[in-house]
Amino acid sequence: MAPSAEELLRRNTVGINKETVSNVASTDFPGHFPGEDHAFTIERFRSAFSVQFHRNELNDASFSLIGIDASLANAFRRILIAEIPTLAIEDVYIENNTSVIQDEVLAHRLGLIPFNGGREGIHNFLKWYKKPEAGEDAYANSFDWNTVRLELNITCTVNPDASPNENDPLKAYNHAHVYAKDIVFVPTGRQVEYFSGENAIAPTNPDILIAKLRPKQTINLAMHMHKGIGADHSKFSPVATASYRLLPLIHITKPIIGADAEKFQRCFPQGVIGLEKITREEASKSGSGYEGHAGELKAVVKDSMKDTVSREALRHPEFEGKVKLGRRRDHFIFSIESTGQWDSDELFLEAVKHLKLKCKKLEQQVVNMVQ
Amino acid sequence: MPGRTKAQDAASQDADMQDVPPSGQDEINQDAEMREDAEVEEEEEEEEEEVEPQRVRILPGSTDTAASFEFTDEGHTLGNALRYVIMKNPDVEFCAYSIPHPSEPKMNIRIQTYDGTAVNALKKGLSDLQDVCDVVAEEFWTKRQQFNSEQGIDR
Repeated sequence: MAPSAEELLRRNTVGINKETVSNVASTDFPGHFPGEDHAFTIERFRSAFSVQFHRNELNDASFSLIGIDASLANAFRRILIAEIPTLAIEDVYIENNTSVIQDEVLAHRLGLIPFNGGREGIHNFLKWYKKPEAGEDAYANSFDWNTVRLELNITCTVNPDASPNENDPLKAYNHAHVYAKDIVFVPTGRQVEYFSGENAIAPTNPDILIAKLRPKQTINLAMHMHKGIGADHSKFSPVATASYRLLPLIHITKPIIGADAEKFQRCFPQGVIGLEKITREEASKSGSGYEGHAGELKAVVKDSMKDTVSREALRHPEFEGKVKLGRRRDHFIFSIESTGQWDSDELFLEAVKHLKLKCKKLEQQVVNMVQ
Repeated sequence: MPGRTKAQDAASQDADMQDVPPSGQDEINQDAEMREDAEVEEEEEEEEEEVEPQRVRILPGSTDTAASFEFTDEGHTLGNALRYVIMKNPDVEFCAYSIPHPSEPKMNIRIQTYDGTAVNALKKGLSDLQDVCDVVAEEFWTKRQQFNSEQGIDR
């Protein structure tokens, strides 16, 4: 026996009430509802699942995954943040640093700068770096295919062309500010093939301020970049943010008319609630709640996706019993902002591949375990 | 969670607890057998070079139909997703995961079945999860291409 559409909607809605949330847990398991078959089949999943794109730029993508459980959507989100590898500064060799920034703080700041470069080189040519064992040569494992060398050599000097009364340090001195763009990439070995011209390793945002200097202060250091994952250090995370929210639902159960409708509209962000004229037809229908209100304005839901679910509408007594707020349990609106080494849409695909590979390896391990 | 109702006839919709199939758990403790299995397989692993270390093991006290598995270097990412697909298997009576201690990189999954072995339920879960990934990747890329061509994004 199939449940009614109404029942399906109820199961699929997380209730957002004035002070509480309700119906939070998934119930789509075999045995939960008598006589219903909730067994997993890939055909059933395929027919229920869909994707909708909202925005697709290099550094910012937004799309909806519909018909998927929170546990799976969350796995993709977690992999995006913590398990996709990127290249970042891991070792800093400080020759000289007379700036006011301490060595360790400077090293930490450098580590957090996102870098970009030829995709083929970053994704395929560069491989994992293995730290040498204790007692082994410190560079025993450093090769062109796992280590990228960068240098930062900068000294602040007095600008002889500036007026003696100049108060702005940027004009009075040369190199008063050290920016990410001052970092120089030193290609080694086969890196020339992958990282030359516009494919060179360079900071994604060249204007990141690293330190401030005064005349005669100097920074003189070399850096080694390695591949790593966000689980180890967030500097390796390929995303600035990767998050999802559930689709908001607004259900107007009883008509909201006239001045109330305008107030109702102001309870939501712009574009969520629209105002429509009540037609003569609606007003003539008895029991509709619109009787005798022809020509007045009524509130209608225009675009619930824009809602922030602030629950403001639930605070006003005039809307009590007239509106129900909720969220759709299986509609995830993802938003992914890449830091540059991957395209945002490509990143999600990579996360899906990563989960598949993880399962594949573990499946083999389970087979080995039983033997 | 109530017991499985799939096999019941449509007439008796509200199943009595008596009608719930008996739990497949074996009363006898099979500890000793399980431990022996684990030792044998460890020795074989060490002979090969550069082989992936064994990251899954059956915990002591497990039986064929009620077993706990320990995954090394896995966390909530896989734990919760795997728990969900295993719970979707009608042969499974109970499935849950836990991370016993946050500073140990270990994740435990408990599976109890009505029918079939816990190991098979785990295998099915892992293969179902791979199928899900294929469907998600395919649908995602189709819709991405469609969106890009509609919006004139060329990449």
